[in-house]
Amino acid sequence: MTTAPSDAVTASAAEAVPFPLILGLDTFGDVTHDTNDRPLSHAQTIRNVVEQGVLADQVGADFFGIGEHHTDDFPMPAADVVLATIAARTDRIRLGSAVTVLSSDDPVRVFQRYSTLNAVSGGRAEVILGRGSSIDSFPLFGYDLADYEDLFEEKTSLFAELLKGGPVTWQGKTRASLHEQDVVPHTESGPFPAWVGVGGSPQSVIRAARYGFSLMLAIIGGSPARFAPFSQLFRQALERFGRAPLPVGVHSPGHVAVTDEKAREEFWPRYLEVIGRYSTIRGFAIPTKQSFLREIGPQGALYVGSPETVAQKIAANLTALGANRFDLKYGMGGLSHEALMTTIELYGTQVIPRVRELLT
Amino acid sequence: MTMTSAPDRFPAPPRIAVLGAGHVGPVIARVAIEAGYQVSIAASGDPAEIELIAQVLAPGAGPRWAADAAREADLVVLAIPLHKFAALDPTLVAGKIVVDVMNYWPPTDGVQEMFEDRRYGSSEIVQRRLARSAVVKTLNHLGYHELDDQRRAAGSPDRRALGVAGDDPRAVDVAAELVDRVGYDAVRFGSLSAGRLLEPGGPVFGVPLRRADFELAVHAQAA
Ligand SMILES: NC(=O)c1ccc[n+]([C@@H]2O[C@H](COP(=O)([O-])OP(=O)(O)OC[C@H]3O[C@@H](n4cnc5c(N)ncnc54)[C@H](OP(=O)(O)O)[C@@H]3O)[C@@H](O)[C@H]2O)c1
Repeated sequence: MTTAPSDAVTASAAEAVPFPLILGLDTFGDVTHDTNDRPLSHAQTIRNVVEQGVLADQVGADFFGIGEHHTDDFPMPAADVVLATIAARTDRIRLGSAVTVLSSDDPVRVFQRYSTLNAVSGGRAEVILGRGSSIDSFPLFGYDLADYEDLFEEKTSLFAELLKGGPVTWQGKTRASLHEQDVVPHTESGPFPAWVGVGGSPQSVIRAARYGFSLMLAIIGGSPARFAPFSQLFRQALERFGRAPLPVGVHSPGHVAVTDEKAREEFWPRYLEVIGRYSTIRGFAIPTKQSFLREIGPQGALYVGSPETVAQKIAANLTALGANRFDLKYGMGGLSHEALMTTIELYGTQVIPRVRELLT
Repeated sequence: MTMTSAPDRFPAPPRIAVLGAGHVGPVIARVAIEAGYQVSIAASGDPAEIELIAQVLAPGAGPRWAADAAREADLVVLAIPLHKFAALDPTLVAGKIVVDVMNYWPPTDGVQEMFEDRRYGSSEIVQRRLARSAVVKTLNHLGYHELDDQRRAAGSPDRRALGVAGDDPRAVDVAAELVDRVGYDAVRFGSLSAGRLLEPGGPVFGVPLRRADFELAVHAQAA
């Protein structure tokens, strides 16, 4: 038994076009705790994320992304406002959503907000569109979970139209039609980068290719290498739709500390607490120390360890997946702001240069 | 990983149709093909739309219209979202073994009235609607991302066990053979109602367990 792809697949993967290597950071605005292990307020958490974004710029990360969430653990519903604040204090790092839950938003508003971010940041905005596995936004905005497929499909199609610039004509079931509508603000130099976040649905991979969005693989559990066929699927689909090659990225959670041991000790209890709570809500098994150790090992999806350990794993998986971008989702509810700042600093000053070295 | 196939206990292995080309469907199609079965795959629409998915993720699985795939198969795997089940035509799968890998968990699926009667497991409700099919519940309680990697040859010390529950003993045999050939120990349950032990929130959902531990876990719960 093998998982070897067909010959046709291998041939096209070999022709993968090299895109520049991008190494970024993502957060969901996970609530941090103070030195007495008490949760900080939502407001303080948000201010801390601004500091984290500024530090990410200073230490050389290429991208800082904020994932939209609507819960007490992740008080981050207005990522674009936070990103704009970071934009005002930086001038290099690219800034984007990771992800925007497009299914429960209005594509016109999303375009307007990120096009505004693009204006204030001098062209540094990006979006990663998601269908939303974080289901909290559906009831909040009055959407039915059973419609998630149709909502995402329609809204993606409208977003693709909006990105082209120029008057938009669009018709669908999920929002009012548009006829030759001028949507402002216009972007200065063509569309800003847009990606589709995919968690494991091959149909979402095809959709990204069909509309010409780049592919961001969200790998949060299990073996990263098993996603390799998804990059191949993406490349073949782009070809079939007559599109030029587009980049592939990877988003995965992790935590960096000075030593492997310290990273594990800081991260594990928080992971158990947060993921354990979500597992109960979702009907999954609670993580065990054993399952955790598997996830942080070479066959798992978590990047927890010293800069060297994390850099080796990133380099190995980017190669295995034919991807040119990695975004580390740092933070886990309950860690301190200081621990997150250390992760960011080590990521920027040690992990990034080491990955670049390993991949050249 | 290499596996020796189990000896042919059935003179002709059942032809399999996988309905669903999302997260789970193509993975099931692939591992079934690699276990030596003849497999077709369908989504809700035109097979042309899933041609690339079949070609890349489950080489050898023929993309079909759902009705054609089901008609030509002996065993139909239902890997569609539960909220789409009410729209599935039961005559499509009449006379077939139906392997139900669907799960009902309202926090992620939303509330589905049809499945809200807590006296019954979701597969019992599926069986009631598919009255002319033999429904077996299995392959529902491991993640699509594990299905591939965790396969092991029969006899491997770390081989994972999966529950196989159904009212029709012959259908349970066929599904258990599929599970075994794919690379898991099949733990049989002689009724669909016992399939509730395999549901989300249950003792084995998403937990990799070897046979002995699996049996302990379900017995502790059933006791
Ligand atoms: N995700 C997991 O790890 C996992 C593991 C075990 C079991 N499950 C269960 O497996 C089921 C499927 O989950 P998923 O995550 O794979 O869903 P998914 O990604 O949303 O994919 C669902 C697939 O079903 C197809 N479909 C819908 N109605 C159909 C019909 N009447 N006939 C044929 N195909 C139809 C869809 O095709 P169109 O797009 O053309 O409609 C789509 O390909 C769910 O009940 C889930 O609980 C999931």
